[in-house]
Amino acid sequence: MIVRIATEGQYEVPDDDAATLEQLDNDAVAACDAGDEQQFQATFTRLIEHVRDKGQPVPEDRLEPSDVILPPPDVSFEEAQAEFSGEGLIPG
Amino acid sequence: MPGLSGRMSTVIKAKISKLLDRAEDPSETLEYSYQKQIELLQNVKKGIADVVTSKKRLQLQEQKLRDQVVKLDTQARQALAAGNEDLARVALERKNVAQTELQSLDSQIAQLEQQQQQMTESEQKLRAKIEQFRSKKEVIKAQYSAAEAQVRISEAATGVGEEMADVGLAMQRALDKTENMKARADAVQELEAAGTFEDLTQLGSGEDDIDRQLRELSSGSEVDAELARMKAELGAGSKSAGEIGAGSEAAAPAGDPAEAEQAGPSPSAGQAP
Repeated sequence: MIVRIATEGQYEVPDDDAATLEQLDNDAVAACDAGDEQQFQATFTRLIEHVRDKGQPVPEDRLEPSDVILPPPDVSFEEAQAEFSGEGLIPG
Repeated sequence: MPGLSGRMSTVIKAKISKLLDRAEDPSETLEYSYQKQIELLQNVKKGIADVVTSKKRLQLQEQKLRDQVVKLDTQARQALAAGNEDLARVALERKNVAQTELQSLDSQIAQLEQQQQQMTESEQKLRAKIEQFRSKKEVIKAQYSAAEAQVRISEAATGVGEEMADVGLAMQRALDKTENMKARADAVQELEAAGTFEDLTQLGSGEDDIDRQLRELSSGSEVDAELARMKAELGAGSKSAGEIGAGSEAAAPAGDPAEAEQAGPSPSAGQAP
């Protein structure tokens, strides 16, 4: 499974880790919805670190789209809450 | 995935299809995508140049502040030598603020340095991918049937498109941060020009009142300590710390008026918040 950490790069993560990632991802969203910034930052940091830890950086000569794209590591709570809708984080 | 990553993927995908939408057949996708890649690479270069310009500007301002610190220090010494302790205190307070601002400038410059490096890396990565894309498109054209070529081309184009969208995002974020720093640097410059140096403490990024009060306390005691040190150096002792300071009140910032009546350095951090 290829996971991209936005603004950082792609990682090849073992498929076994999908469940863990999904759990952390959902927890981060739950914290976001609950307005719990501290919880969000803690969960999101764990999510990013899990990918860096378990994943292998994808070499530059591979041109494959990612299965999953995570927000940038320095995403702010407000940005995460903004649901990345419309133009969102991505410049037009 | 429905979570943050799912939303992020959706947005990136929308962005990629926007990038590739205009092309109708595979070879057009290749050429259009390639052309877009080259364009973005130019933009990244421009972005790096912007960051470098901002960095230079901050470095210039840093130098000005350094000069300011030296100047205020000299003024404090002169004031103290002339027996005007209140004026010396004002100068030292301003010096303290200038030093704090200097520290924050230093860290901003370091951040810009880091951003410059990150963008340079992004540029290299994108360049490598574009190169890969270019050679791959020739292989695809030569080796595959039209139908299969279309699938492979669109996969490769999506892969590069994702990289492009991501580099675009990284660049946008870097430039936004740079913009914020510029705005702050401008604000500082205006304050400096208006001579309201003491208000600089209010520009601290994201600190709350408690942080500020704590810093004021420590800056107060730092000022006291420095004043004492200067006095010792000058051998001015306590004899100069009389009523001579009255003339300096106009130059004093909105401090505690009671402070002016005290003889000698205050042992407590006597500034009103």
